[in-house]
Amino acid sequence: MTDQTTSTNPAGEDVPVEEFEFTLDGQTVRARKGELLIAAAERAGTFVPRFCYHPRMKPVGVCRMCLVEVNGPRGSTLMPSCYIEATPGMDVVTESDKVKKAQDGVLEFLLINHPLDCPVCDKGGECPLQDQTLAYGPGESRFVEEKRHFEKPIPISELVLLDRERCIQCSRCTRFADEVAGEAQIDFIGRGEQIQIGTFPELPFTSYFSGNTVQICPVGALTAAPYRFAARPWDLDQVESTCTTCAVGCRVAVQSSSNRLTRLLGIDIDPVNHGWLCDKGRFAADSINSEDRLTEPMVRKDGSLVPVSWHEALEFVAQGLQAALAEGPESIGVIGGGRLTNEGAYAWARLAKGVLGTDSVDAQLGDGLPGELVLGLPRATIDQAASAATVILLTGDLREELPILFLRLRAAAVDGDLSIVELSPQATSLTAVADVSLRYGPGDVGALVDALVSGGTPPAAATDATALADARRLIGEGPVVVVVGRPSLAEDGELVAAAAQALAAALPDARFLPALRRGNVLGAIDMGLAPGLLPGRVSLETGRDWFEAAWGSVPASRGRGTSDILAAAAGDQTEGARVTALVVLGAEPLADFPDRRLARRALDGAEFVVAVATAPGELLDYADVVLPAAEAHERPGTTTNIEGRISRLGQKLVPPGQSWPDWMIAGELAVHLGQDLGFDSVGTVWDEIERTAVSHRGITRAVLDAHGAADGIVAPLRVSAVSLSRRSAPLDPMAVPGVESVERQGASMQAGLAASPDAATPGTATPTDASGPARPAMVSGPVVFDVPHVAPADGYSVRLVASRVLYDHGTSVGAVAALANLVPVGVLRANPHDLDDLGVTTGGEVRLRSTTATLVVPVEADPSLPRKVVAADFNVTLGDGTVADLIDRASPVVDLRMESL
Amino acid sequence: MAVTDPPKIVTARMGHPDSHTLERYLATGGYDGLRKALTMTPEGVAAEVDAASLLGRGGAGFPAGRKWSMLRKNPVTYLVVNGDESEPATFKDHLLVERDPHQLIEGVVIAAYALQVSQVFIFLRGEFALGLERVQSALNDAYSHGAVGRDIFGSGFSVDVVLHPGAGAYICGEETALIESLEGKRGFPRIKPPFFPAAIGLYGDPTVVNNVETMSNLPWIITNGGAAFAALGGGRSTGTRLFALAGHVVNPGVFELQMVTTTFNDLINAPVLGGGIPHGRGLKAFIPGGVSAPWFGPDQIDLPLGQDEVAEAGSMLGSGSVVVMDDHTCAVRAAWRITKFFSRESCGQCTPCREGSGWLERIMERIERGQGREEDLDLLLDACDNISPGLSWPPQQTTICVLGPSIPSSITSAITMFRDEFLLHIKEGGCPYD
Repeated sequence: MTDQTTSTNPAGEDVPVEEFEFTLDGQTVRARKGELLIAAAERAGTFVPRFCYHPRMKPVGVCRMCLVEVNGPRGSTLMPSCYIEATPGMDVVTESDKVKKAQDGVLEFLLINHPLDCPVCDKGGECPLQDQTLAYGPGESRFVEEKRHFEKPIPISELVLLDRERCIQCSRCTRFADEVAGEAQIDFIGRGEQIQIGTFPELPFTSYFSGNTVQICPVGALTAAPYRFAARPWDLDQVESTCTTCAVGCRVAVQSSSNRLTRLLGIDIDPVNHGWLCDKGRFAADSINSEDRLTEPMVRKDGSLVPVSWHEALEFVAQGLQAALAEGPESIGVIGGGRLTNEGAYAWARLAKGVLGTDSVDAQLGDGLPGELVLGLPRATIDQAASAATVILLTGDLREELPILFLRLRAAAVDGDLSIVELSPQATSLTAVADVSLRYGPGDVGALVDALVSGGTPPAAATDATALADARRLIGEGPVVVVVGRPSLAEDGELVAAAAQALAAALPDARFLPALRRGNVLGAIDMGLAPGLLPGRVSLETGRDWFEAAWGSVPASRGRGTSDILAAAAGDQTEGARVTALVVLGAEPLADFPDRRLARRALDGAEFVVAVATAPGELLDYADVVLPAAEAHERPGTTTNIEGRISRLGQKLVPPGQSWPDWMIAGELAVHLGQDLGFDSVGTVWDEIERTAVSHRGITRAVLDAHGAADGIVAPLRVSAVSLSRRSAPLDPMAVPGVESVERQGASMQAGLAASPDAATPGTATPTDASGPARPAMVSGPVVFDVPHVAPADGYSVRLVASRVLYDHGTSVGAVAALANLVPVGVLRANPHDLDDLGVTTGGEVRLRSTTATLVVPVEADPSLPRKVVAADFNVTLGDGTVADLIDRASPVVDLRMESL
Repeated sequence: MAVTDPPKIVTARMGHPDSHTLERYLATGGYDGLRKALTMTPEGVAAEVDAASLLGRGGAGFPAGRKWSMLRKNPVTYLVVNGDESEPATFKDHLLVERDPHQLIEGVVIAAYALQVSQVFIFLRGEFALGLERVQSALNDAYSHGAVGRDIFGSGFSVDVVLHPGAGAYICGEETALIESLEGKRGFPRIKPPFFPAAIGLYGDPTVVNNVETMSNLPWIITNGGAAFAALGGGRSTGTRLFALAGHVVNPGVFELQMVTTTFNDLINAPVLGGGIPHGRGLKAFIPGGVSAPWFGPDQIDLPLGQDEVAEAGSMLGSGSVVVMDDHTCAVRAAWRITKFFSRESCGQCTPCREGSGWLERIMERIERGQGREEDLDLLLDACDNISPGLSWPPQQTTICVLGPSIPSSITSAITMFRDEFLLHIKEGGCPYD
């Protein structure tokens, strides 16, 4: 009866699966061992109606909609198909009169107290209760009594409203909050007919994942404040895309009405987001509708920015850059680019490195990791991390930085066999599920890793020998994945980079997942928007011949990173050329760069500042020219996530005013600089990427367009046959409400393309295998970089940790009213003993002095911090300034004097 | 043998004002059963209980010895005593915990020894203020006396017994909801399968759940032997049983009677028992085993008080609570009142029970208040059928636990037996008994 077949596990290996046969409505069908009846039936093509069942959560069997008849030794009984597993030889009937009467009865019961206010309900038109009533329910209600009444709606958070009359008590939301998000902030109150969802007294529903409860609510009981009454589902048009709020790469359905973005919904893909989105990703997208968007190119005339034509603006930029070039190409610095598409990043990389000749190009703003290191470490996928024996966390709080990666790792630790070893200066959201949490003070990360893998002396904060021994044991237990990011922006990134490299050397089989935050920062690095790199994950030197053949020229020598570019613009550098022209690609250096004072001096010092931007910000005060760019959901293209997964972006909206996609701005600017890059559509840019970027070879438009590539393609392609897993089209209209009819990718990148994708781009010498230089090798293995020396702290100072928080004063959060209220007011966290020494308690204030600034800030005791280590969140207010005021980029760690007032 | 003759097994000490004290208990043979049990093997104790053929007294009536012997193969971690007696007209455990807490504790320790468990929880209805106080102080005394705790009576056997008050929900009398509540969660019944307590019970471990009265029988069974117990009663219903008699009788209360050899007629009408219906009125109907049981009419009054005998007649002996309705009782109002109880006490988990109970209650209220329609009778029966398909007995169910299929009993009984009375309410636009 049972036999074996194979299936692909998350690590990409074929594993045997036990299958067997059972009888479903008289037909013999196959099920897998342990498979729920409802899922087995669905795979066999039989949809069993349901409300409480959700394929990504544990079943509870409470709505009773999925009852089927199971014939057993004691006759036929009605059983919840969402709760019982299919077993060999089971005889199941889903369409008998008995089943139909039960379904009909459940729907009638659900509707008796349901308000039937469908005409004014957000869910109307995409409502599983509506749809299943039509398909399985009674035609008419026999209910003549008074319905149950509640005040409607009540807010349960800033983002979510609850209409208790509409609730059918399926517990999907409460289970999501508890099981998936790990924050049981909502639960049932009362019993019987009066049972209702509620929050705990005085405690709101603050989860970063609250929007998912709205998406999975099978009725209109939970509605999202930003979307409430905004549109009717049948008026929405939608396209599948990837969220680029952070670099996890969650798949989304982008919905719009009348060229306004109305809503994002998570799409369930196995390798990445499982259908979930964080609230920032879901709701910050609304910033695209902001009235403040930049719509016209502007040039500074007589001190103020005035709208001009694109021709005039580009000519102005070309002249400004050419003036700077007179002092050599390194007098131009290009910073930013993590928000661009791969095509935009490539076009800008080619413009900067191939046309302008500068290598001082950096998509990261001093808040990331060296590009070569990221490319040189063996990369892991999210699935590999979730299925590893042990994950080492050497990063900031993932819930604040890459929220869905947090969900995936939390689930793997809670429900699976994953062990987590956390190396962090402070407690994070994963500390509670980590097997071992080792603390260190800023500057000590190298010593901690050395103690972990080489038996060196551990730093003062991590002397617990048992914990160290446990960590060593876990690291030795099997596949290890290291998540490496920036635990603190007040600590030089190269300290973490060196620690990661030490882990790579000690654990040769370990794989790495870079926890870099900005949407397409990994794509930007792949495309060469980093000093010393060229597109395709090749170094400037190894790729020189190849790209000289492709582009005509490449920079003569390695350029600067953002930190040095800004220092050179500010006049701080004694060596090398001064940076006189700054091109800022979709970044806000004053908010993003850790040393705020330096960023301001650099913008002041640069003679010519070009801002390629989507929305106004502080940068515009310094810009000599502003080029309006299209943003996510307004242009097609591709994006690359932390795994190196390339996925298609759908275009749903027409960009506002005269804003252009970034690749077009770069291409047109090149023309004004006297060179035609030959890009006439986003597709032609991709074709060139596929030809010139060795890491992307074989990932043609045809491959990306394939239905099986909807989940994205991880670059580089493996030599073995590409297994494009076909995403099973769910029969369940509720798995992702409203999305089953998504036009998967939007218009193909082929659209509007005149030339065949295989035709050589005119005017460009295309390297081929047959002639010209050899294909360069990708960056791999250890890279050499300067690791700054950290002097021991003096006994009077405290060391600063600057960590990320999800809702900060970034542009997108600020433009969305519902999120702007959620930005926390910063507080300095310190070890309670250190506060005792000053005679200060939580809620009190201290004075902080750094080499750059003095701030008076509120404090909070945090026992997770080692002695003499203090922490504050980046890019939120902190007392009378921000933590970025305290950071000096010239010193690898930030020592502060903390004094009582 | 007269109905008053049977030996008192669990109510022997009742009538003494200090029946709850350790002194009285010891003076009347207390803890002798436990001392004897500790000299036997655990298997021997279980075999004695099996020989007694003691049926569980919680309502389902599963033989306690058989339950244990099944579990002996699969070691049990916890013993949980269900004292969440909350149904209207059911008050027999109430008496046992208030009047003879040591008897319960002795039974509990005997069961713990037979099952070889070292941790017992007694889950007592939270509203039993006096019962909680008495069981707790009896537990304290029993610990001091060496009957509970470490190395009981020097036998080497140790067990801890913890008293846990319920938080006011009838549903926690359902054993899996009780377990959830014990674990500190909402009292939501678990789905069976797979959550049979014997397999996956308290904290996920195999657990035996037994009723207070079941436990209270054990000291006598061990002292006097299982055969002596089995000699009482008849058929599968051995021994004596507590019957809580309520409603229209001269002398309501709890009576310990031999099963099967006694009839409902004896219970209701015997001068020393119920004493008959007051004011010279006639019997209209009676509920034989708690308000979730289908009703019986006067022609079934001679049925014996036996589990199988009542089941064969289409109802259940259940928790042993008998409610008598005289001929001045409004059947609609009685059924409405019972439905209202279930509606308030539904846990709210399953759709048919949560929504159905409220709907049925509102229809019943409407009929009682004179706003009924003839089609409401078919509607009531069909809505009941959607909770308990087929409206058969024993019932089928569309819900997780048996609270759902308990709801239709009173309504279907009332409609079947007193259809004319419903029609009179509808025709006259009000209750004819008002």
